[in-house]
Parts: sequence; C-alpha cells; structure tokens
Amino acid sequence: MYHTLLFLHVLSAFALVATVVIFSAFALGVGADSRVLAVGKVLWAVGGLGTLVFGIWLALYLQNYELWDGWIIAAIVLWAIATELGRRAEVGYTAIVGGAEGAGAAAPPARAALMHWLRSLVVLALLVVMIYKPGA
Amino acid sequence: MTVGVTSPIRPDAWDFPLLLHVFGAMLLVGTLVLTASALILAWRNGDGALARLGYRSLLLGVVPAWIVMRVGAEWIASKEDLTGSNAPSWVDIGFNTADGGFLLIVISLILAGVAVRRARRAEGSGAGFRRASTVLVSILLIAYLVTVWAMTTKPV
Repeated sequence: MYHTLLFLHVLSAFALVATVVIFSAFALGVGADSRVLAVGKVLWAVGGLGTLVFGIWLALYLQNYELWDGWIIAAIVLWAIATELGRRAEVGYTAIVGGAEGAGAAAPPARAALMHWLRSLVVLALLVVMIYKPGA
Repeated sequence: MTVGVTSPIRPDAWDFPLLLHVFGAMLLVGTLVLTASALILAWRNGDGALARLGYRSLLLGVVPAWIVMRVGAEWIASKEDLTGSNAPSWVDIGFNTADGGFLLIVISLILAGVAVRRARRAEGSGAGFRRASTVLVSILLIAYLVTVWAMTTKPV
C-alpha cells in the first residue's frame, strides 16, 4: 500500500514538472500551439490533484508523519501558490494561442512568462521540501 | 488509516544526490512529454513548427536532463552502496533503462534532426524520419514511466 501510494504521488509530481516544461517552451517563445497548451493544462490538473490527494493519504497512512508537520504544511502552501501562479500563466498563454495559432506564432507576454517562471521556482522549492523534509 | 507503517529515514548526506537524481528524472520525463506531444501532433499534417519544437526539446531538454539524472543516479547509488553485486533488481532496472534509453534518445535525435533538415531544404517532407522519431520517443516515455514505478515501489 505504501509503495503504491508513493508511486502515484511521485507520478503526479512528474506530471506537474511536465507542465512546467511545456510552459517553459511557451515562455521561451518556441511553442504557442493550443493543443500543446491543452496537454500542459490537463497534466497540471491531474498532477495537482494527484500530488495533493496521494500526499495527504500518505501523511495519514504513515505513522512517522502528521498532516500538521511543518514541512507538510509548507508543501501544501507551496502547492497552492504554484497552482495560482500557474492559473495566471495559463490565462495569458490561452489568450496568445487563441489569437495566433501555430508553434512560435506569437511572442510571450511578459506577465504570463513572469507567472510561469515564478511557478517554476515554487515547484522547485516544493521538490526540495519533499526531499529534505525539514523538521521531520 | 493504518497504524505501524513508517517511511524509511535516510541520512542527510543522501538528500542532495537524491534531489539531483529526481530533479533530472522529472525534467527528463517532462521534456519527453513535450517532445512526444509536439511530434505526435505533427504526425498527420507535418506541421514544421511542431516538428522543430520536438527536435529542439530533444536536443536542448532531453539530453541535458538525461545527464543530470544519470550523474545523480551514480552519485546516490554510490552513497547507498548499491553498485556492483550489491545492486538490487530495481537499481539494475534503473541503470538498464537509463543507459539503453540514451541510445534511443540519440537515434531519435538524429532522426528528428534529419526530418527537420529535409523539411527546411524541401527535400521531401522527412515524414518517415519524423514518425520513426515519434515512435522511439513514445517508447522511451513508457520505459521511463515503468522505471519510475520500479524506483518507487522497489520490487526486490
């Protein structure tokens, strides 16, 4: 059970990072295709839900962790910040691909790119918290 | 809720090599997802921009990510003394798919590069090369997802 939950949690985290990679292509101006954007959105939706649900399930399942441990609360806060930043980036890129189809068709607006890079930093911080588990 | 199950505790000295390995692996799978998405979407109409996106993602994303993942793997394996005859099967699965996968990455990179070059020079569409690269990248993605399963569930 522990390994299955861990696998699903980690797999969901891989989906989140895949979204970050896809949006990086948009932020660098090398990909502005609505279908690629849709892949990124779906991966964040699935990965976001998966990391949260299986992460909380793991915290409840394991004896040596509690939901109110500092590093788990920090991870949930970082997850929420990343999700909101990602939503703002998505709004910007959806407007771009809605106006100009085809990869590389439009330059990324600065605000959407800023939101994306901030989300990337938060996701990296999330990974650091998951590995180091400060205070655990 | 289950009582009595605890997660393994590892020494602090293992954290950074593990972070490097996991970070590289996540970037590797993420860039493969981007490459596969672009190449699959370019499968039918041969959209040049998407094919170039797939090629660039392979060259500038997958290859560097593979290096980070592999360096991290070697480092954490040596820290945990899981090399040579001490290596359990899940570590062998990881090294075999990583190293075998790199060969497929190089081949798919060459195929995608030829496809992009042919399309640019109008020497035919390069569709065959692009599609072969798409198939290889899709196989790689599946293989690495199986590896993620082996790394987390650690069968024997």
